[in-house]
This record gives sequence, structure tokens and C-alpha cells, in this order.
Amino acid sequence: MAKRIEVSDLNIYYGDFLAVEGVNVSIEPRSITALIGPSGCGKSTFLRSLNRMHEVIPGARVEGKVVMDGQDLYGADTDPVDVRRHIGMVFQRPNPFPTMSIYDNVIAGNRLNGKKMKKAESDDVVERALRGANLWNEVKDRLDRPGSGLSGGQQQRLCIARAIAVGPDVLLMDEPCSALDPISTLAIEDLMTELKDRFTIVIVTHNMQQAARVSESTGFFNLNGVGQPGRLIEFNPTEKIFSNPDQKATEDYISGRFG
Amino acid sequence: MSTSTQSPTRVAEEPGGAIRRNRRLPRYAPLGLYVAGIALGAVLSALTGFSIALTAVYGAVLGTLAVYTGARAVEGRRKATDRLVTALVTTAFAIAMVPLVSLVYTVLDKGLARFDAQFFTNSMFRVVGEGGGAYHAVLGTVVITAVTAVISVPIGLLTAIYLVEYGTGRLKKAITFFVDVMTGIPSIVAGLFAFALFTLLFGNDVRLGLMGSAALAVLMIPVVVRSCEEVLKLVPNELREASYALGVPKWRTIVKVVLPTAVAGLGTGITLAVARVIGETAPLLITVGLVTGTNLNPFDGRMATLPVFAYYQLTQPGTDTQAFLDRAWTAALVLIILVMVLNVVARLISRFFAPKTGR
Repeated sequence: MAKRIEVSDLNIYYGDFLAVEGVNVSIEPRSITALIGPSGCGKSTFLRSLNRMHEVIPGARVEGKVVMDGQDLYGADTDPVDVRRHIGMVFQRPNPFPTMSIYDNVIAGNRLNGKKMKKAESDDVVERALRGANLWNEVKDRLDRPGSGLSGGQQQRLCIARAIAVGPDVLLMDEPCSALDPISTLAIEDLMTELKDRFTIVIVTHNMQQAARVSESTGFFNLNGVGQPGRLIEFNPTEKIFSNPDQKATEDYISGRFG
Repeated sequence: MSTSTQSPTRVAEEPGGAIRRNRRLPRYAPLGLYVAGIALGAVLSALTGFSIALTAVYGAVLGTLAVYTGARAVEGRRKATDRLVTALVTTAFAIAMVPLVSLVYTVLDKGLARFDAQFFTNSMFRVVGEGGGAYHAVLGTVVITAVTAVISVPIGLLTAIYLVEYGTGRLKKAITFFVDVMTGIPSIVAGLFAFALFTLLFGNDVRLGLMGSAALAVLMIPVVVRSCEEVLKLVPNELREASYALGVPKWRTIVKVVLPTAVAGLGTGITLAVARVIGETAPLLITVGLVTGTNLNPFDGRMATLPVFAYYQLTQPGTDTQAFLDRAWTAALVLIILVMVLNVVARLISRFFAPKTGR
């Protein structure tokens, strides 16, 4: 079930360093939200703070509120592990578990959490997740082979299958196509368009054509200089951002006059 | 080939000239020059009364010089430097191999005399001359080493997991520092520590196999910590993050993702740590001592171990000195074989448990 995420006055720190400052945004359910901006402006940091992956890094912390369907994700009684079960994540580099087969990789989210499943039930979960990730036809005959034997694009779709097999509400993608060739990129973009019926998708990308192609809303992050915190400069429907942005900085970045 | 354009990166005798052609020594010429150098060394050493050691020293120097000057004359400076360094490295390797080959040869030569069934089936119980064996010592070494591993592996592995996965700040630094200090503890000090500890706990004249294991554990734990720590650090952080992102708690991530990924390296490291302590003599000498009969209970009384067995055979021979010497050499041979087997096992572990790529 897709869910809305409301972010208010979010400050993100690495130790004492303020990396991202004052983000206010509302991410719509059943849509794709793209985050663009120059390197080091805090897009990925912001994305990781949405499912509390940010605090995995020693010294990293967050101030402010992230509310999903009325529940504060940073509330004192909120379990970060459970947050991550509801908000899945796909990383920049495909990272299937090297010790596991394709099948085990997909079922990893359930099995690692100690969930007892009948064989038929887990077969069903694996097939649905792999079909959801458009990978089923390519790997159905070799589910017991190691996941690391697949090509880069297949591995990335395997990671998407692994993320959706847990049944999350939201899917965060951190530059999911930056390590892939154009054909695999297209496959993943198509996949995102299919998945947005069921999930809220947030994607970080350096590829502005990609943001324009797949997303409904786009957020532009920028920073004033090295050592300064990144900010969300503009958040608008993608069409508006790419045709008639409110901010001069956004227009400069999109038209390539940046920096 | 154009000579009109000059590139600054071109390596040539003169700017704009043709690329220099390589004049090379014939394939076996450097080896021949080196051998000639050694032959000259032999002649030199014969002047002052021939000796093999002197021949080797003169030969190494002269051979290296011969290779260098030969290459310098024919091939030019850069190639000659290459030959010189090759000769130096090869000489160093040969020097390093000398003790190893000599040791293996000597131990095989003298140890094979008693490398028979009797050696592995008899103890030294009521043996004062010929015959007898190290059945009790082989099993004693196995028992004490196994107990040592049972003590050290959990402590060492868990410490490594703490250092890599949980530790931050001062405590981590302190533990790392003390592990380093422990690595440098002389084995006799570890033995005295165990001796003092058990004397305090159980009174004077206590002798247990467990004492030896405690002493060896002091030596083995830092080795296990260090090797496991390095291996765990090699597990990519991406795998941990992938697991967290699936909503897997940290401890399950460690147990189900990190450890299985690292299992080959952990197995290798632990096996090599066992190989490191299996030949320790001094701590066992003062803690478990030696018996002539078979005692396999590490919680009661003295036990025999191979290193201590070899030591006593050598230092306190009985009526038939040669029989005792033979047994000492064979004990050394068995010890070397045990260590070698452990190293092979470590290799096999890292081969068979490594993550498969499956292409």
C-alpha cells in the first residue's frame, strides 16, 4: 500500500556538520518523485534519512519530522528496523548477497527476519517479486544459481525484487541506473512506471532526462558552497520544473548554466 | 615513421630520432653470467682454503656483478638495472630458502628413522631404552590444542565482531591497543601467567592440561582477533546496508549476512592461529609438564605434548641415547606435518567456502 510522506523542518547532520538544512516537502503516494541536484548537495543523504538508513553511519543524526500516514518516523517509540521494513531501498551499485542464490536473495528480507514460511508460500513470494521486477523470465530456470553471476542490470533488478518482496509501502532508489547501460536503464525506468501503481517511489538521479521521463514531481537540491548545508531549493511538478521553474538556480542547473 | 614532429613523451636517444632498438642478451646469458660469477667465487674461496659458505658469499656478489656489467654493456642502463634487481631479489629468495630446505631435510633425514607404527601406537610408559612412542604426546597435543581453540575462538571472534561492527571511540582503541600488546607477549610469560593463576586458584603443585590451554589461549586470542578483524573489515558495507534496508536487525545482519560472507577468511584465520600455537613449548613445559603414560583428561594431572616430549627426549636421554634422539626428531617431524596439514586445511577452507560467482 502506497503512503504519503510529510517532511517538515528536517536538518540532517554528520556529527557536527550540518549536511542538509530545513527541508519541507510532501511526497505523494502512487507517484514517482525525483530528486536532482549537483554532487554533494545532500540528495542521497536526504533519501537515506527517509527510512532511517542515515543513522547507520556513526555520528550521523537528524532533527525535524518525517511523518508517514500520521506516524512520526523519528518518534521516540518508533523502531528504526520496522521503519525500514515499510520503506525499502535500492542502492546505486547492485549489491546482491554473494553467499546466496537468486532465490535466497529475493526471499532474504523475509528469511533474515526469521519469518517461517512454507515452501509454496515462499515460492509464490519469489515469483511475484521477480515478475514485479521484470526478471522472472530471465532467471526462472536458474533460481538456485548465485545472484552475483547475473549481469549488472539483472543484479539491480534482483535488488529491486528483493526490496519489493518484503512488501514495503515506499521504495527509495539512490541513483539506481548510474552503473547501468542505456538498455538496462530503460528496463528499470519501465519497471518504475509499473511499480508506481503500488508504491510511493522516490528516486535520486543525476540524469535529468530520466527525472523528466519518469517522475511526476521533482525536487531540486543545491548548496551555496563547499562546507555549506544543502537545501531543497524548489519542489514542483516535473513539467513545471523543466519548463518554467520558480527559481533562477533551478533554471540555471537544468539548462546547464550551473557553476 | 615521421621524424619531423617531436613529442615530449617520446623516449629516444636524441630528440626526433628513431625509437631505439632493443639489443637483448640471449635468453640464458644472465643465468650463465651468474653461474660464471659463482664459479669465480669458488676459485676465490679456494685460495684461502675452500669452504661452501665463502663460495656462496663470493659467488652471490660476483654473480650479481657479472649479470649487471654484462647487461650494462649489451642492453643499456635501464635494462641492466632491471637485471640487477632481478638478481638481487632471486639471491635474497635463495638465501631465505636455505634454512627452510635445510630444516626440512634434516628433520626428514633424522626423523624418518622412527616414523613407524610403533611411534604412533605406543606411549613411553615404562620405556627406558629402545622402542616406545609418542602416542600419548600426539593425542595430548591434539586435546590441549582443541581445548585452547574452544577457549580462544569464541573470545577472539566475538572481540573481532565487537571491534568491527559495534566498537566506537575509546573502548575500541583501548581493546585494539591491548590486543596488540598481547600479540607481543613472550610465550614463557603466558606460561608463567597460567601457572600463577592456577596456583592461586588451586594451590601449589597443581598440574592440569587446562593450564596449558589457558596459557596457549593467551597467545592465540590476539592472533584470532587480528585475523578475524581484518577479514570482517573486508565484507563490503553495501551488504550490511542492503540487509538493514530490508528491515533486518543488526544482530541478524551480522549472523546471517556478514559472517557467512566472511566464513572462508574466518576459517582460514582460525586454522592458522591454531597452527601458530600448536608448536609452543615453553608455556607447556611449565604448566602441563610431561608424563610417560597416556592422559587424555585435560582437567586432571600432567599431560604429554609433542613439543615438550621432543624437548625431554633431547635433554634427558636414558640408557640408550640414540633411541631418545631418534624419538625427538620424529616428534619434530610429526609436529611439522601437523602444522602443514593445518595450513592445507586453511587453504581448502578458503577455497571451498568462498562466495561463488557462478558464471
